Amino acid sequence: MIRRNPLVLGNKTYANVTEDISSLLERFPGPTYYVGLAGALFLLFIFLFAQGMISTFGMGLMGTNHPVGWGVDIITFVFWIGIGHAGTLISAVLFLFRQKWRTSIARTAEAMTVFAVMTAGVFPLLHTGRPWLAYWLLPYPNQRGPLWVNFRSPLVWDVFAVSTYATVSMVFWYIGMVPDLATVRDRAQNVWRKRIYGALSLGWRGTARNWNHYEMVYMLLAGLSTPLVLSVHSIVSFDFAVAVLPGWHTTIFPPYFVAGAIFSGFAMVVTLMSVLREIVPVFKDYLTLDHMEAMNKIIMCTGLMVGYAYGSEFFVAWYSGVEYEVFIFKNRAFGPYGWSYWIMVTCNVIIPQIFWFRWARRSIPTMFVVSIFVNIGMWFERFVITVTSLHRDFLPSNWGMWVPTAYDMGALFGSFGLFFTLFLLYIRTLPAISIAEVKPVLGVGREGEGHGHH
Amino acid sequence: MDIIEKVIQRLRSPGKKGIAGIWLDEHKLVHAAREARKSGLTKFEAISPFPLHDIDAAMGIPMSFIPWVTFIMGLTGFGFGTWFTWWASSQDWALIIGGKPMWSLPAFVPVMFECTILFAALSSVGALIWLCGLPKIDPPVIDPDLTSHKFALFVPEDDTGFNAANIEKMFKDMGAVEVKRTEF
Repeated sequence: MIRRNPLVLGNKTYANVTEDISSLLERFPGPTYYVGLAGALFLLFIFLFAQGMISTFGMGLMGTNHPVGWGVDIITFVFWIGIGHAGTLISAVLFLFRQKWRTSIARTAEAMTVFAVMTAGVFPLLHTGRPWLAYWLLPYPNQRGPLWVNFRSPLVWDVFAVSTYATVSMVFWYIGMVPDLATVRDRAQNVWRKRIYGALSLGWRGTARNWNHYEMVYMLLAGLSTPLVLSVHSIVSFDFAVAVLPGWHTTIFPPYFVAGAIFSGFAMVVTLMSVLREIVPVFKDYLTLDHMEAMNKIIMCTGLMVGYAYGSEFFVAWYSGVEYEVFIFKNRAFGPYGWSYWIMVTCNVIIPQIFWFRWARRSIPTMFVVSIFVNIGMWFERFVITVTSLHRDFLPSNWGMWVPTAYDMGALFGSFGLFFTLFLLYIRTLPAISIAEVKPVLGVGREGEGHGHH
Repeated sequence: MDIIEKVIQRLRSPGKKGIAGIWLDEHKLVHAAREARKSGLTKFEAISPFPLHDIDAAMGIPMSFIPWVTFIMGLTGFGFGTWFTWWASSQDWALIIGGKPMWSLPAFVPVMFECTILFAALSSVGALIWLCGLPKIDPPVIDPDLTSHKFALFVPEDDTGFNAANIEKMFKDMGAVEVKRTEF
């Protein structure tokens, strides 16, 4: 029989698991944490400044102009939404496939989803130019008729998809956390701590009848999130694919975007986890090298999928025989923005190939560097799709170039500040590994050891 | 303010008096639950820090009916999405957009789909909260370690055939590390 590797190292007991995970919330963090938080807050300040200036003085501060009307805002929106997808994949899809290794990474991956979607959501609102009127995007009874939104528009589909996704992801994350919040509440010594976590845990006590309903709802939410996550990035791709612009008008877009989203999201999970393992050493027993290796395999696999999509797009452009299609792809790889295309191919297709080697999949520094490259490459993928398709269309008299301004850069780099601020606060306030889900899988890989619990 | 006080009163469930046995091994708890059911008790609760898979059979808990809520509310969401896109786009203020028919169904599929998921997901969670009697303000806790590494059975005094001495003896015989009179 092939023995499985243990999912949790160090022969933990149930009490050890509770202690390891919740004690992190019960002591003050060290100086590294504050340095990280200060850096994140600095970026967040840049973000608020850039977006505040853009909201006050208008979109003219950004580089978007005719003919490139979609710039950093849309690129970065798609980038962050894509990152969110890995969290749902880990928490919902791997749950339905009974992949027990997901248990110790699911909570943090879902937190990443929630924060990435929150970060992403800011961009289209600010791209409207008048974010204080953002509620016009929703079909509400208004004094203009009522004039309803145009349900045939992919941008309205996006409003529905992204807001449903944000809502369901947050609910799924929170419901998964309720039993763990009860654990933190029951350990609390301080009265305020007990009150706050008591309120957050809704008074959960873990009776068998409650667990029975709870597990059913968890499975139902996983089952609902799975088609949801696929629909969200498909709908995001419709923003492009439904237009008649060469380079956008492609049927491959929905699966290509979903694969790319999973690819970039897993890269972000690996980036976060490899850092988390270093700053919280006890998590090395839970986020083992086997977990990291499994994620690196998914990165390589989805990297090959996006590589295939890049090739397929060129083939279809040539095979269609449409001169505008052929031109846009030649221009993409060898035109004035050709450098961005080759950054994308290098980062997304070539660099992840190192994961064919086992040592690379199990080396933390290697995977950290590769995951950063994948993040960069996936931002450039959306750059390539958005900018190279827009900047040269059917009429040469309509051609132009897009140059980002300092405000574009502030919005882009600043958005990492929003994401990391939320993430760092989360690590210290909520249980970062699912306590109640890890306990039942403690026995995996420990069969025949005569372990007390099994 | 009367309503708020009434809500708070409802959320503060006082808890019932009864006897609790505490175990350190989940298999012993499942065994004890099976025996407690055999002895005729029906209203007892098993408390564990994580879901136990044999406990449902041992206590005779039927499969949760929440999937029916999900299914019916999913259909409702689907119906609402279909109706609303039809009504808004072709009845209330019909606008010709891109020369498409007023009720261009394929274009409405994304909205119909998202409404289905949203209704189904939120109502399932609502059903969970309702059925578990949540939220509760400061519910009585038998032992704070029951959300960490201990497992308990609690038999309320109003259970059929409640006999304190017999239950205490039964719990001790089945390896309970602690038996106490408490509230839950």
